[in-house]
Amino acid sequence: MSRPDVVVTGLGATTPLGGDVASTWDAMLAGRSGVTALTQEWAEQLPVRIAAQLAVDPSEVLDRVKLRRMDRSEAIALIAAQQAWADAGLADSGLDGERLAVSVGSGIGGAITLLAQDDVLEASGPRRVSPHTIPMLMPNGPAAWVGLELGAKAGVHSVASACATGAEAIALGLDIIRAGRADVVVAGGTEAVIHPLPIAGFSSMRAMSTRNDEPERASRPWDTGRDGFVLGEGAGIVVLERADHAAARGARVYARLAGAGITSDAYDMVQPHAEGEGAIRAIAKAIADADVAKRDIVHVNAHATSTPVGDMLEIGALHKALGDHPVLAATKSMTGHLLGAAGALESIATILAIRDGVVPPTINLDDPEPGLTLEVAAHKPRHMEIPAALNNAFGFGGHNVALVFTRP
Amino acid sequence: MTRDEITTGLAEILEEVAGVNPDDVAEGKSFTDDLDVDSLSMVEVVVAAEEKFGVKIPDNEVQNLKTVGDAVSFIEAQS
Repeated sequence: MSRPDVVVTGLGATTPLGGDVASTWDAMLAGRSGVTALTQEWAEQLPVRIAAQLAVDPSEVLDRVKLRRMDRSEAIALIAAQQAWADAGLADSGLDGERLAVSVGSGIGGAITLLAQDDVLEASGPRRVSPHTIPMLMPNGPAAWVGLELGAKAGVHSVASACATGAEAIALGLDIIRAGRADVVVAGGTEAVIHPLPIAGFSSMRAMSTRNDEPERASRPWDTGRDGFVLGEGAGIVVLERADHAAARGARVYARLAGAGITSDAYDMVQPHAEGEGAIRAIAKAIADADVAKRDIVHVNAHATSTPVGDMLEIGALHKALGDHPVLAATKSMTGHLLGAAGALESIATILAIRDGVVPPTINLDDPEPGLTLEVAAHKPRHMEIPAALNNAFGFGGHNVALVFTRP
Repeated sequence: MTRDEITTGLAEILEEVAGVNPDDVAEGKSFTDDLDVDSLSMVEVVVAAEEKFGVKIPDNEVQNLKTVGDAVSFIEAQS
């Protein structure tokens, strides 16, 4: 039996750069930063007082009563999924719910709800804790909301692999369609944890940038002045569809999801393998799975979070697994690091790079690391033909995911 | 507090918690069948009503409060 082709027919996002995909992509191509100072009172005591906050608050999109039953990560997953669903033209298509699955994950889950309700518990006692607490904080909550609203009956899945989550959720969607368990999978990631506790936790790991006085310049992958990642919030969702199913209904196709590679390091809880061994294998597996010539993969949307160690390890891995020809982008330089949503948002950027024939800029790359031996479209976008492109996502726990997209 | 005042207070809570139109709230209306208040929202309504009216509504009493009128009567008797 031949393996079915899988294509991308819908995109949705709400990000620090815009409330939808079009505004986010425009801002990326313009090289705008979504990082700002945290002006909330709670930020005053923190060593890190910058973040990439949503450009459009969910309260501007969703009904108030609905919103009070949703964690912020759930609300934005639903907003992005509804956009992707409409974009794919599936809203009135009569798609059988038993052929529709959901694969949407989060790196941290409903932490804001957990912490807010703990405050209620401490201040007012257990009876005041909201009856919506559990469905708001459970890690499958975002996927469940999307499945509920779209009528998905072929399974609702929630991958959790830290900062690789969004990419792994898309890889799972690919598997589901290839295995014949669904014709359409709504897949992606979501994250909303701009709150003092997660910031303090990452900050105690010395993982975050403390460039508090220059928020827009804080996220600077591969630059010698980088000092850690900038926390971002947002959601990215793609509609994956069996190619013949999409063709039969005359759907617009953005790109093919040609292949995926997933590996685990078995090395350290938070440090990537010292030679990037797991990343190399993930990239190699994705290329083999996609059955695409390496020379056609001319662009990589890198994981590149702006941390001192990780950024350069990825360069080495790309050299080994792919070669020295691709032009790189680190869109986190503009969006910050969306953790569990990063791999999904960056997949969307990768898909649009292929569609539009343009590598988005990497901002703040003023003084590149001497070891940065691959080309990067620094400061300005690079217009070029992109037959195929790679997206990498790595996560605490030793997760490595690589996805290969090609032209339809 | 008059029954009308209690009904108005409940209508404010129902609007806040469940998005119920205050004009729809009347003593004869059933919380679940007429006002579409689900079980989790009913828990919120009870807690908010306790706070607003300074009463205690035990869990085993909640199942007897089928209509807005039932709740008004209970709160009236307690306060």
